[in-house]
Amino acid sequence: MFIKRMPKFAYHAPTSLSEAIALMEEYGPKKASLYAGGTDLFVAMKKRGYTPDALINLKSIEGLTGIDFDAQKGITIGGLATLGDIARSEIVKQHLPPLWDAVQVMASVQIRNLATIGGNLCSAWPSADTAPPLIALGASVKLHGAKGERTVLVENYFARAGKSVIEPDEILTQVTIPVPQLNSTGTYLKLMRRNAMDLSMVGVATLLVLDSDNTVCKDALIVLGAVAPTPVRALEAEKIIVNKAIDLDVAAQAGQIASDNVNPRTSIRASGEYRKEMVAVQVKRALLTSYARLQKS
Amino acid sequence: MEEIEIQLDVNDKKYQLKVAPWRTLVEVLRESLGLMGTKKSCCEGECGACTVILDGKSVVSCLLLAVDAQDKKITTIEGLSKGETLHPIQESFLKHGAVQCGFCTPGMVMSAKVFLDENEKPTLMEARQAIAGNLCRCTGYQHIINAVMDVPEKTAKK
Repeated sequence: MFIKRMPKFAYHAPTSLSEAIALMEEYGPKKASLYAGGTDLFVAMKKRGYTPDALINLKSIEGLTGIDFDAQKGITIGGLATLGDIARSEIVKQHLPPLWDAVQVMASVQIRNLATIGGNLCSAWPSADTAPPLIALGASVKLHGAKGERTVLVENYFARAGKSVIEPDEILTQVTIPVPQLNSTGTYLKLMRRNAMDLSMVGVATLLVLDSDNTVCKDALIVLGAVAPTPVRALEAEKIIVNKAIDLDVAAQAGQIASDNVNPRTSIRASGEYRKEMVAVQVKRALLTSYARLQKS
Repeated sequence: MEEIEIQLDVNDKKYQLKVAPWRTLVEVLRESLGLMGTKKSCCEGECGACTVILDGKSVVSCLLLAVDAQDKKITTIEGLSKGETLHPIQESFLKHGAVQCGFCTPGMVMSAKVFLDENEKPTLMEARQAIAGNLCRCTGYQHIINAVMDVPEKTAKK
């Protein structure tokens, strides 16, 4: 299929969420697809892996792209905010370091200017780079559907590889992140075969909360991507770093425990054994990087 | 399936046309507007040969529906040179031997343009990262990087 043209479809550009939802219900599941950036969807359509009868453009609905900071309500990112917008956002850079780290290493500049955070979450690939940071940050998503609105923690958003819990009539309108505590920071490290334009072999997001002296870790979240069908918390590793200062030994120990508790599969990008070993290395590095960031500030 | 009437603003010129919704911007630029400078290569957003500038941001035009490019300012490679006068980025590419077969070149130049508009004096790493979304099978990238780093300051914005 050298030419790779898009298959034919009926096109709709609703101007409200209710109009979009009504269209989805009218067509029925799998017959119509909502789209925003199209960077995942159109590739699948061009390869004829998915040929919906209709495409429903979400970009014609206003109010879904903003990135805002509210000291009480937290940081809100519209579902249709592009990865490029997020990378250029001072709010994200200052308050959400793991998410900022992640968008820097996703795809390319050109793709990031089209791709959306909502799309990254709804495509639900195991290697989705925004997922581990959002889970580490305690983020949740707002889903708007025929039956109304519901909120789901990003940690509970993934059902299995390639499938999130979103219903066919629902739209992910917003990502909400509680304002991170003082004396906290995090990192996202993406292990790739190349320096750019690659899916991750192992993704690690950390969020560390230190005490007021910035020495001992009060709380920690370590979230792994691409080593299981969905992003997973390294719960056992998190437990052993609480109440400790993070030096090389502690970080290495946490890394080893995280590695012991995952069973990645072999894929075209890396073998399961390699990923399992790299979890130990990357978790160690991510913890040391996060800790050093807090020492600097 | 119906065609949709759209207006495209390309290189400061407005075009009225009727397009089927499934046509991508790169196809419409090349086949309907005759602007062949933007290249079709992988058609899945991986190679960057189809890079154009949309409202000041670089995008891959193979994954953008033409109907989604309405009401936006589009710049293609044809929009950089003025008649026979090349843009300083193009001059730098020629000076450094950054063009072999030339197929990646329009995309590279568009990525460089957007990058240099924001960062006039890039470091080596910044220049390398700026073209991370553009593949070249001929040059090995070194001459392209040299060209990007040697564009005289204050001239990229033209």
